[in-house]
Amino acid sequence: MAVPTYATTSERIWYYAFRVICGLIFFFLIAPIIVIIPLAFNAQPYFTFTREMLSLDPDGYSLRWYRDLLGSSEWLNSIANSFIIAIASTIVATALGTVAALGLNRRNMPARALITAILISPMIVPLIITAAALFSFFARIGLSNTYLGIILSHVVLGTPFVVLTVTASLAGFDQTLIRASQSLGANQTRTFFRVILPLLLPGVISGALFAFVTSLDEVVIVNFMAGPAQTPMTVRMFSGLREEISPTILALASLLVALSILLLATLEMIRRRNERMRGLSPG
Amino acid sequence: MATREQRSKAPLVAADGTPLKEALRRSQAVERRRAFALVAPLLVFILLVFAIPIVAMIWRSVYNPEIREYLPQTAAALSSWDGEDVPPEAVFQAMAADMIVGVENRTIGRAAARINREIPGARSTMMRTARNVDAWSAPYREKFLEADEDWASLEFWHILQRESRLITPTYYLLAVDYEYNAQGEIAPRPEVYQVYQSLFFRTAWMSILITGICVLLAYPISYMVATQPVRIANLLLILVLLPFWTSLLVRTSAWIVLLQQQGVINELLVWAGVIDTDGRLRMIYNRIGTVVAMTHILLPFMVLPLYSVMKTIPPSYLRAAKSLGAHPFRAWWSVYFPLTVPGLAAGCILVFILAIGYYITPALVGGDSGIFISNLIADNMQGSSAQLKLAAALATILLVAVLLVYWLFNRLVGVDKLKFG
Repeated sequence: MAVPTYATTSERIWYYAFRVICGLIFFFLIAPIIVIIPLAFNAQPYFTFTREMLSLDPDGYSLRWYRDLLGSSEWLNSIANSFIIAIASTIVATALGTVAALGLNRRNMPARALITAILISPMIVPLIITAAALFSFFARIGLSNTYLGIILSHVVLGTPFVVLTVTASLAGFDQTLIRASQSLGANQTRTFFRVILPLLLPGVISGALFAFVTSLDEVVIVNFMAGPAQTPMTVRMFSGLREEISPTILALASLLVALSILLLATLEMIRRRNERMRGLSPG
Repeated sequence: MATREQRSKAPLVAADGTPLKEALRRSQAVERRRAFALVAPLLVFILLVFAIPIVAMIWRSVYNPEIREYLPQTAAALSSWDGEDVPPEAVFQAMAADMIVGVENRTIGRAAARINREIPGARSTMMRTARNVDAWSAPYREKFLEADEDWASLEFWHILQRESRLITPTYYLLAVDYEYNAQGEIAPRPEVYQVYQSLFFRTAWMSILITGICVLLAYPISYMVATQPVRIANLLLILVLLPFWTSLLVRTSAWIVLLQQQGVINELLVWAGVIDTDGRLRMIYNRIGTVVAMTHILLPFMVLPLYSVMKTIPPSYLRAAKSLGAHPFRAWWSVYFPLTVPGLAAGCILVFILAIGYYITPALVGGDSGIFISNLIADNMQGSSAQLKLAAALATILLVAVLLVYWLFNRLVGVDKLKFG
């Protein structure tokens, strides 16, 4: 939207002012995330740019915080814990959520609205409430301080995203494709694996990614539920930020930013592939 | 041979001879069962691992079994006491019997501790009497009263009667800064203990403030993204989606780095000469920290629903309004803005619901003045069993508030309209 030639002066001023305002808001969104990446290379244990860093002096930069992070068995253990919990809960959440979404979107599903509301509710209920409820419940049935307890609670948090994304891709599903496939001689199994599943896969994968990130990021529940053996990186980061924050945390944070860029790229790729498959122009 | 007339009156039948209506009904029932069978595993899972624990938590917030458990006969005898005068012999007899059992089972200490929570000092009276009671015989009333004048206190018996009820509102009263006073009436707690009411209000108004700032920031950039050509719009969307996909802790630590007294912004201002080094701004560990960091974290949740609505509004509407003589502001206000209301409502309620239950960010950057009700729920969760019950009551109040907003959201927008990415 360029300024039209007939625009008045005040319209022109507003047009450029609007762009500046938007630029500032985008800056507000992105700058905090970008700023921690160079700070993690700080040679000094400060959270600000030193004079050497600003003058791009190589002595101002170092890898000591990355070395700290990757050389500490405590940090490495907690990162491993995070991934074990996230991968296990993602697998269960994706399986349960996808099957449930397939059922929910059948024409004859009874009590659809009520059941959908129940299945989505873990996303709406504040985490601290879920934590308070599960903390006492799991303590009573002997699941506190176990991987199983944490994984089960993360499955609860992850399934709503899977149900929503798979439902969304089912909503855009062209039912005539099934008839087309069958009229061309495919049986039901073949139709499911060759036609339905490939079209559904983007929804399933993005749901799984949501569940994965939700579990990887989760602090509140694991903070109460994890014993010393299961401590994931988020809990370690949280207590680190509460007590004395060292740039080691920024090194981990930078790696997590890299991970989210990777996830974003994956999702974008899936979206484009999906639009191509549905015969829409990529956009 | 049936005539045409007769055939049309005969019920239609399926191939196996059953009436068609019946066959259809049956096959639909099968379909329903199949659909439900697919949903059932997740439904059962959510009920077991989510719904039941929450119901158990709500139950715990009103459940008060201790006196009934430790002093069952006394509780039963007291239920018919009129409260006018020192209880009759039957109550003292029941108390003596409970005490003998309690000493035997070593539960008397727990009973005394529980009563001591309501009546400071009652523990020693209980324990002293309990040590002697098995040497006494009926009538017990006089012996109790002789042994300790506390047994003549009506207040003691009133509280015991109240606490022997299975369901208690005590923790809800505490959660809104009320308690039972010495006369057994509901009264405000002493001012030094009044924290929760003001914290509920603070949580609500700060969440509204954060939602409002999110609207102000999200509206222009959503419009910008929605009106750009696809290629540029996708690039701009990445600027929104990257924070969205970045860990909450990463974003919170970024704000700690930026806002601290020795942090990037203060250093920058000192370097630029705007402030001197003694006048560094306090922007963190207070309300400002919470509002800034949470606005940043929740902004994508406002932009995404707004953008998805704005994308569907043809730009020609605005041009049409202007060509008909509307001032640009008028055109925006009476044509464009009403069309964006669904997205705005979705974003507002989403951000508000998320904000009201926030725990991590206020805990890290809120200091004392910027914490939310969730932080006190968490603090109470690490305490005694009474504090756990208070945490359950606070959590239940918060839950009811969130469900109300969610219900409103469902009425206005519909939960199935939620979209991500």
